[in-house]
Amino acid sequence: MNNAVELFRMTDLSFRYPDRDVLRGLSLTLTGGRFYGLLGPNGCGKTTLLDLLMRLRRPEGGQILFRKRELTAYSRSDLARAMALVPQNFYINFPFTVQQVVMMGRYPNLPRFAPPGPDDHARVDAVLETADILALADKQVTTLSGGERQRVIIARALVQDTDVMLLDEATSNLDIRHALHLLNLFRDQVDRQRRTVIAVFQDINLAAMYCDYLLFMKDGRVAVQGETEGVLNPETLNDIYGVRAQVTYRKESQAPQVIYRR
Amino acid sequence: MESSGATKVTNVRARDRRKSIVFPGVLPAVGTMAGLLLLLAAAVVAATSLGYIRLPFPAVLQIMAARLFDQPAWIEQIDPVWTVVVTEVRLPRILTSVLVGGGLALAGVVFQGILLNPLADPYTLGVSAGAAFGASIALLLNIGMLGIYSVPLFAFVGAAGTLLLVVFLASGSGGLSSTNLVLSGIIVAAILSAGISFLKYVADEQVGVIIFWLMGSFASRTWADVAMVGAAVAGSLAVFMVYARDLNLMALGERSAASLGVDFQRVTLVLLVIASLVSAVCVAVAGIIGFVGLLVPHMMRMLTGPDNRRLLPVSMLAGAILLLGADTLTRAVLPQEIPIGVLTALVGGPFFCYVFRRRQLGKN
Repeated sequence: MNNAVELFRMTDLSFRYPDRDVLRGLSLTLTGGRFYGLLGPNGCGKTTLLDLLMRLRRPEGGQILFRKRELTAYSRSDLARAMALVPQNFYINFPFTVQQVVMMGRYPNLPRFAPPGPDDHARVDAVLETADILALADKQVTTLSGGERQRVIIARALVQDTDVMLLDEATSNLDIRHALHLLNLFRDQVDRQRRTVIAVFQDINLAAMYCDYLLFMKDGRVAVQGETEGVLNPETLNDIYGVRAQVTYRKESQAPQVIYRR
Repeated sequence: MESSGATKVTNVRARDRRKSIVFPGVLPAVGTMAGLLLLLAAAVVAATSLGYIRLPFPAVLQIMAARLFDQPAWIEQIDPVWTVVVTEVRLPRILTSVLVGGGLALAGVVFQGILLNPLADPYTLGVSAGAAFGASIALLLNIGMLGIYSVPLFAFVGAAGTLLLVVFLASGSGGLSSTNLVLSGIIVAAILSAGISFLKYVADEQVGVIIFWLMGSFASRTWADVAMVGAAVAGSLAVFMVYARDLNLMALGERSAASLGVDFQRVTLVLLVIASLVSAVCVAVAGIIGFVGLLVPHMMRMLTGPDNRRLLPVSMLAGAILLLGADTLTRAVLPQEIPIGVLTALVGGPFFCYVFRRRQLGKN
């Protein structure tokens, strides 16, 4: 079954910044067609892990296989056709229009000097509509609010049409209506197109609602991992964050939800 | 409420569809480019006819055509002095100013694109100061071993050395950040300015030569200068156009650009080196000419938008027209020739302050 296809295999990864170790002997295997939630306290290395998966940084030790080949064996443009990234913050100093920025997501699929064709324009229009920014299409991104800008950058990642999508707290700047709407969109991509989403979350309840599989990081390793319903419990939350909480299944959310104690 | 929202979306969508079919922005850019090209050609002819001896336009065109197609018969009736004035005196100077204007504007677009800063230009990276320092040494020591290429060569060595030092200072474990590049550029430029002042102090008799050259001038340029700057500008334009799309993506920041397939470090390095090279050649031939690399991309971005595939050629043409205009003003219109670098700073500086202030007010 497609679900069982191995996507990433990380073995004994280590990475350090000049002042501190971030990853220490992290090993992890991710399979395709799932919505992964990457959770953990601040500074535990979630963003660093995403950077390593995209080869934006190189690990100091260990090995990353992507689709059973060394990640380093792929060209930059191969990777751009395989994975899209939604960064947490995004700023731009030049007055590109929303439409132009979203169209940039099509560049990896277009030869260097080729103008975008009717298909590319249709795809951009469709995504502008689903991301609820069609009315902003001709506006300059420099004039948008933070939440609008974030929807632009999510749309840019969606038109990239990649099998793997990495979200780095992609919805944390959005109001709850847009956050739910866009997470539903990513959930659809997983369910209908068997794509893979690997998403860093701060909000555990949002993660629980959308992720099949949760990865809790602590001290530079993946400390707890498993199907959402199996691993999201008071013991895990105490281990990872050191907080006391109750976890109850809520049928409104169709997922376990966390209630914190003061 | 639900239905009115839906109608609005459909309307916008229909409008967007129509726009999509004609490829918005491409046609206006072709129009802008053709317009600028015509304007440039007209400006070259007009500038050639202006000067100490006022030449009629038909004669200028005849001489140009005769030289271009190598038909001496076409200018048999024309005073041979006019032919010499046009082909040996005015055209080399005019074409040098055209090419230097284009080159500085190109370098400005690229530096702004890499530094993610609409206010950057060759000065921000210390490249101009490095070129000026190298050239000052050549002038001070009166080095003439390579003929007219001595000053350009020293300027390029100065510019490249400065760039290496700036990149070395700015690079850390996280790669090249634009903030670090600007900071290092300013520090190194400050040191080099002090160095140039020191060279002027010890220069004695050569001090006049250095000072005049630093202020910038197109006087007594030759066809060799035209060929050198022409090669640098044509070559750099070709390289920049190949990477223009990557430069667009780099506006999204390093992580996003890399995730969209840009080999960030390599493209940054290639573009920095080529932009420094073309700046160095321009500085070597014409001295320090400020504000062209800063103003022209800034103004053209308002006209064509920030897409570098259009911005690069349009800025090059506009920079060429601007500098030719400024040089013709100082050469043929003003009662006494003032250094071109002084003129562009005096006119461009206040204008830039105005543009910058308006932008600040519009933003807040």
